[in-house]
Amino acid sequence: MIERTVTIVNTRGLHTRPAAALVKTAAKFRAEFFILKNSFEINGKSIIGVMTLAAEQGSTLTLKFNGPDEEQAAAAVVDLFERGFDEN
Amino acid sequence: MTETQRPTEEQILKGIAAAPGIAIGAAYLYTKHIPRVQAKTITPEDVPGEIERLRTANARSEKELRKILAFAEQKLGSESATIFEAQIMILSDAILMGTIEARIRGELTNAEAVVSDEISKYKHLMLAAPDDYMHERAHDVDDVMNRIIRNIQDQKLYSRLDGASIIISETLAPADTVVFSRNQVLGYATDLGGVTSHAALLSRSLKIPAVVGLRSATKQIQTGDLIAIDGYAGTVILNPSPETLRVLEEKAERFRQFELRLTGIAGLPAETLDHKRIELSSNIEFEEEIEFAKERGSEGIGLFRTEGQLIGRPDYPSEDEQAALYTHIADAVFPHPVIFRTFDVGGDKLTPDAHHEENPFLGWRGIRVLLDRPEIFLNQLRAILRSSTRRNVRIMFPMVATLSEVQKARTFFRQAQEELRRLGIPFDQKMKIGVMIEVPAAALVAEQIAAEVDFLSIGTNDLIQYLMAVDRGNDSVAPLFQPFNPAVLRTIKHIVDAAHKRGIQAGMCGEMAGDPLATVLLVGMGLDELSVVPPVLPEIKKIIRSIKTKDARRVADKVLGMHHEAEIREYLSTIIKNRVPEIPFEG
Repeated sequence: MIERTVTIVNTRGLHTRPAAALVKTAAKFRAEFFILKNSFEINGKSIIGVMTLAAEQGSTLTLKFNGPDEEQAAAAVVDLFERGFDEN
Repeated sequence: MTETQRPTEEQILKGIAAAPGIAIGAAYLYTKHIPRVQAKTITPEDVPGEIERLRTANARSEKELRKILAFAEQKLGSESATIFEAQIMILSDAILMGTIEARIRGELTNAEAVVSDEISKYKHLMLAAPDDYMHERAHDVDDVMNRIIRNIQDQKLYSRLDGASIIISETLAPADTVVFSRNQVLGYATDLGGVTSHAALLSRSLKIPAVVGLRSATKQIQTGDLIAIDGYAGTVILNPSPETLRVLEEKAERFRQFELRLTGIAGLPAETLDHKRIELSSNIEFEEEIEFAKERGSEGIGLFRTEGQLIGRPDYPSEDEQAALYTHIADAVFPHPVIFRTFDVGGDKLTPDAHHEENPFLGWRGIRVLLDRPEIFLNQLRAILRSSTRRNVRIMFPMVATLSEVQKARTFFRQAQEELRRLGIPFDQKMKIGVMIEVPAAALVAEQIAAEVDFLSIGTNDLIQYLMAVDRGNDSVAPLFQPFNPAVLRTIKHIVDAAHKRGIQAGMCGEMAGDPLATVLLVGMGLDELSVVPPVLPEIKKIIRSIKTKDARRVADKVLGMHHEAEIREYLSTIIKNRVPEIPFEG
């Protein structure tokens, strides 16, 4: 299992469009993917779960990946966060 | 009859005209259908069938949402459509559906009860968040949950809407419209919303008469009531008397005849009999309105309210995002001009900054906000400049009170030009700058302001409110909101003369510009440009094309010598009835 920490950089935060992009990206990998915010954990492959994360710009999330392709999954997901979901 | 004691006398509800036309028919009170859910215990043998019902319901829900998504993308743009995409993703959310199916098996409970319980958990998490954005998402989740449950229960959508009806609702969500667009809807009337609400936009694109902003229509009207909606006057008449119906049917017929001739007039120039051209353009807020404005014969956009971009988002759009929108609009109206008014936030308009004031109309709004927030202002100025390469873009500043505000705004404008020049980004070096005159202080020094800019545009709504010291939303004083008050008319004349003295254009983009009663007078006072809401464009054009400037000037002189608003109104309505009898006009 590997862990990564990311900060939301896009101004609108993790709203509906990035949430959908995140879930779609995670779905490409077999690794399990969980997101932790404060002490709250949700499954990163579930759109309805990701939609409950009130993650605004500047907030920090811990990402956990577990599975055969966890390295690739982590790289792809972290990249998405770093690019600010291509929003600005 | 659903109740024993219901008033049967005629009642007129006043709202905002959102889409032209007259409809008479039975009301259908549209309220969100919330399915009832009862938890039932099932046997282990029932489980496969129960899971099958869930899967079938999900597939059916997806089919419904795909149609709505396609409709929304086409009518509302991809940004508003995102939510339907997310709702579709929820239907195939393997984690969520896996949990629901496991619970049906494990707890031997019927599908709709588990769906309701499981999805409600997420909904409550969203409702617990402290911000509006999450509350809206909770609404979306609730929406998809009800859709699944309705399909599990195998209920048809709004099966009660049989026959042609007039829809009465609090507001219309984008998802409702696709349903209505396939039904026989005669008209819409909503409690909430303005001319730029989704409901208004959609009814216009669907060519259905609509009145919005009625406040309490859903409380006063019941399904089955006979009502009439007048999409020109912005009224809904409950229990219309036979006499009212006759008048309305006549009016509808006159408008039908008039509309038939519109196709002809839309392509003709807005010029008087003695060939004075008036720039007749329209006020809009969303790109989706352009097509309708063009159809009605608009020669450009006299007021594009850029704050429409701020609806439903917590921040200001980036320079790139704005530049893309402005460029798209400038392209769409080319070769006609478009006037972008910089963000007018504050007053009754939303501001992304969480900011509360005791007296917002006299507070931090319009240019005052922009001058205090240079980063927002410069972003917007650069974005507007970048959209100007076809040379049909103009810019206008709202809520100006003093000359020094104009000078400061121009300094920022020059700075934005300088920055783009340095980056080698092309723009129209001669872009026209204008000021909206809506504060009495600015009206009084209009000539000094005119010396600094390329055009003035009169914003009558605020000008009248500030001049008469009256909030027209306040019923006790609303009658004092008088566009034809001599004080208002003299102020308008003063502004027009000031502009002309400095050799620049004087326009008007307030509601008064679109009032057929005012057209002759405004032409007579020398206005060069009138920017109006698209539904009234043909009427106003018809009036302009029926008069001579000489006669209009005489009318204006006479009116400016009158003492009372009532007297002025009466005189002007006689003029219109005599001069342009074909205008379906009510005085």
